[in-house]
Amino acid sequence: MGKDSSLVTRHSSLEKATRDAYGEALLELGKKRPDIVVLDADLSGSTKTSKFAKAFPERFFNLGVSEQDMIGTAAGLALTGKIPFASTFAVFETGRAWDQIRLTVCYSNTNVKLVATHGGITVGEDGASHQALEDIALMRALPNMTVIVPADATETYSVINAIVDYNGPVYVRLGRTKVPHVMPDDYKFEIGKAYVFRTGKDVNIIAAGIMVATAKSAARTLTDQGIDTGVINMSTIKPLDEKTLLQTAKNSKVIITAEEHSVIGGLGGAVCEFLSENHPIPVRRIGIKDLFGCSGSPEELLKLYGITADDIIKATKEALKK
Amino acid sequence: MNFDPQNPYWRERDRFILSKGHAAPLLYAILAKAGYFSADLLNTLRKINSPLQGHPCSETLSGVEISTGSLGQGLSVANGIALGLKLDKIPARVYCIMGDGEIQEGQIWEAAMTAAHYNLDNLYAVVDNNGLQIDGPVEEIMRIAPVHEKWTAFGWHVIEIDGHNMKEILHALNEAEKIKNKPTVIIAHTIKGKGVSFFEGKVEYHGVAPTPEELEKALKELGNG
Repeated sequence: MGKDSSLVTRHSSLEKATRDAYGEALLELGKKRPDIVVLDADLSGSTKTSKFAKAFPERFFNLGVSEQDMIGTAAGLALTGKIPFASTFAVFETGRAWDQIRLTVCYSNTNVKLVATHGGITVGEDGASHQALEDIALMRALPNMTVIVPADATETYSVINAIVDYNGPVYVRLGRTKVPHVMPDDYKFEIGKAYVFRTGKDVNIIAAGIMVATAKSAARTLTDQGIDTGVINMSTIKPLDEKTLLQTAKNSKVIITAEEHSVIGGLGGAVCEFLSENHPIPVRRIGIKDLFGCSGSPEELLKLYGITADDIIKATKEALKK
Repeated sequence: MNFDPQNPYWRERDRFILSKGHAAPLLYAILAKAGYFSADLLNTLRKINSPLQGHPCSETLSGVEISTGSLGQGLSVANGIALGLKLDKIPARVYCIMGDGEIQEGQIWEAAMTAAHYNLDNLYAVVDNNGLQIDGPVEEIMRIAPVHEKWTAFGWHVIEIDGHNMKEILHALNEAEKIKNKPTVIIAHTIKGKGVSFFEGKVEYHGVAPTPEELEKALKELGNG
């Protein structure tokens, strides 16, 4: 089982940032779908909505540095039948405009797609003010909201296409840095459906976002050491794929969750909430431990905050010992 | 306004956004009168399972374009609708009523910039300038003056009227339609509780319903008793 091909990550030259895939997907969809409009709050170069802006200037609205107004404007556009994509950094999108999202997007159930980039600690050098570590918790708590965290460029592309055909509020969290390709080329994302790389009899790592690649790497090491390890990409955090989670937990001694987000209220929180009520087994949450971030390179930060493959391996062994 | 209660989501309709959502009872009375629902429903206001929520909810009541209640958000939504209508080349109009206390919200001024930046001449905003907010007179709680100059500075065409004078209201709306390439705001000077001597200008009645005795007296004063 140590040579299981499902855990092999393709060559690093294929690395690409999820925000780049977003920009390309939007550009392509813009050609096919005249009802798509895009809004940004002065960060279109970073969120990659600038590609759409250049190709379809009449359907792109830069609101300047005003996230709250951007969300309200997006809701209004949705009311005229448009499919608005509103983008900025995750910290501003979900934090600065939370009440706007709550009232005019979720409570009013408008067809607004919130696609935020620069989620997580790997924002890096900009430091804590720009590192969204609570965004998933903020969005997950809102009724009517769907929350998606793609693992790589392939999945991002598929997610953006899928949410255009879904009517209702969606939050998609993307990252700044390049990430390895982890999903198969022919993979097709479905809202609420987890992707199982393989299941393990000892431990299963439920991961999202950049941590899927990390989980696969940890799983290879653990499997080599004789610990039967599974990896699941839980890219839809809400609604959670409860069926896959329950089935996995029933055939596993322990569950590890891995995310580039606070251990409070994100994927780890969602998994624990479900398992504690339906199939209580030991869970260890790998994530940011109720802290703010700081400046540094993405690699240094992942290490400093304890969200590396080594941390997953350590947590797994400790959980299995008990 | 052009609208069709039988077809509340008619694409060509004019839109009305009550940004000051706490004036919901008035909106509901008007919607009932316009034929969106039976007037009997008005008695369920704020009661359990009623579509007439304490603040307007677009999910439960047709005729309500967007849910409001958390102040400062309606103008942004109105802007979005106005942008969408322009994209579709639909010549419909968007109206948005704000409170004077409400324009203390920063988002109003973000939206004010947006409407002017995108030349939204299909957008007509109204500031209900009654001078009172929950905690007291606007002038004492947080000064918003000079209101006229602020909107002018933000690139809007500004009209000031007596908000109780129907002639002035209609005149202002007609004037606004002639203004091209910029949004118009009508600052409507009003007296809260107008027409009922013991309500007029009293902050105590901002969010409080009259007692049955007060109601009887008030209706009498309004010539409806």
